[in-house]
Amino acid sequence: MLVSEFLDTLSGYDIAGAYWVNLKLTAFAAVLALVLGTALAMMRISPVTSLRWAGTTYVNVVRNMPLTIIMASMILVLWPQLGLTLADDFATNFFRLAVIALAVYHASFVCESIRSGVNTVPVGQAEAARAIGLAFLPAARLVILPQAFRGAIAPLGNTLIALIKNSTVAAAASVPEISVLMREMVENDANFVVPIFLTIAVGFVIIVVPVGVLTTYLSRRLAVSR
Amino acid sequence: MTDSFVTSVTPDGERVPSHSGEPLVVLSEVNKHFGELHVLQDINLTVHRGEVVVVIGPSGSGKSTLCRAINRLEPIDSGTITLDGQPLPAEGKALARLRADVGMVFQAFNLFAHKTILENVTLGPIKVKRMKTAAAKQRAMELLERVGVANQADKLPAQLSGGQQQRVAIARALAMQPKVLLFDEPTSALDPEMVNEVLDTMVALAKEGMTMVVVTHEMGFARKAADRVVFMADGQIVEEAEPEKFFTDPQSHRAQDFLGKILSH
Repeated sequence: MLVSEFLDTLSGYDIAGAYWVNLKLTAFAAVLALVLGTALAMMRISPVTSLRWAGTTYVNVVRNMPLTIIMASMILVLWPQLGLTLADDFATNFFRLAVIALAVYHASFVCESIRSGVNTVPVGQAEAARAIGLAFLPAARLVILPQAFRGAIAPLGNTLIALIKNSTVAAAASVPEISVLMREMVENDANFVVPIFLTIAVGFVIIVVPVGVLTTYLSRRLAVSR
Repeated sequence: MTDSFVTSVTPDGERVPSHSGEPLVVLSEVNKHFGELHVLQDINLTVHRGEVVVVIGPSGSGKSTLCRAINRLEPIDSGTITLDGQPLPAEGKALARLRADVGMVFQAFNLFAHKTILENVTLGPIKVKRMKTAAAKQRAMELLERVGVANQADKLPAQLSGGQQQRVAIARALAMQPKVLLFDEPTSALDPEMVNEVLDTMVALAKEGMTMVVVTHEMGFARKAADRVVFMADGQIVEEAEPEKFFTDPQSHRAQDFLGKILSH
């Protein structure tokens, strides 16, 4: 039977393990991108002109750069030329460099998502915060960002979905994730090209769809009523 | 009510004659432009401690801008504004400290939408004045009790009526124990039946000697509680007088015209 033969072929590969690498890349990069993106968003709404300029420049440069280029520059420039080593172990080093590349790239989208969230907060909220004597940072932390994040859940969810799929670009940094495994499978079992491709694609759908459903649910659930 | 909303004023609840209080807020030769529009033109205004000044005028006259300039929500182009003898700091921590001393009540209430009523009132005392949480809560509950919304303490602002929200906003401003309270059209966004509950709270405050600058269209409030009416038109202070005198015998043509329009029906 062709089907059982295909399933036999599949069982010869560690598909779950490869997906797990993508999920780990995503998780670490998501946390870093959220931190960096929040900092960038605060720079972009800050009263300090130079910080606003720096934040805007970062977003416009990084957002318009192909992720593959950023990934490759990690491996070809940052590590060998500038000596950025994040781990002694070769594979761990490349994994971490890939996480940095993903985080740096997606931080610009996180920043813009949060900024769109900030736009859902009426200006009167910031004025009221200033009027009771809160300076910029406490006003942002206590009043603006908590509301902005709730308004940014949907766009942040979209960014997370993009990040999950973009984690396959880590292949350019020789991280053994699912797209690397897929190429290997296709080379070894060329008679199953289409089913292999569909299997991997469905795997991503299974991962991504719940994320979309969850963020849509949360964005409704946590919406600030005004 | 036995004890006072405010701690630093006459305890007997008598209105202090405006001329006897020392100057608290002084605006001198203040100018501001919005692009081409000259919204504040050579504004000179002194508000004395314990005085209630009502600012009225047609829309676009600059009265809200004047109110917002006093705690620098609107920066000014030239001139000086001093609070208790100190010039307004340009920015940073010093400005934040000054704003803590100037309470502000907005037209749109602007309660923090993600925080409960109680948290709205305790946020400033805890985070700005570094008050202990328990003490801040106790004080907040007293203030909410006085403005009549203590039973709503655990709700979110959106669950309250406009009048209730505005009274919470007044409690939030009072919790900072400000030297002066600014009201920027506090009843303009309210349904008619809720205007009086807010005005009553404001009249009570005025009677207790709170220094207040009130931008409003409520002539009844001006008559009942104001020491002085400031009439603005086209970015200028056109006329200043005691309420009775202003409403019965306005001197300027602009004021006569304005009062004619609003009092004729």
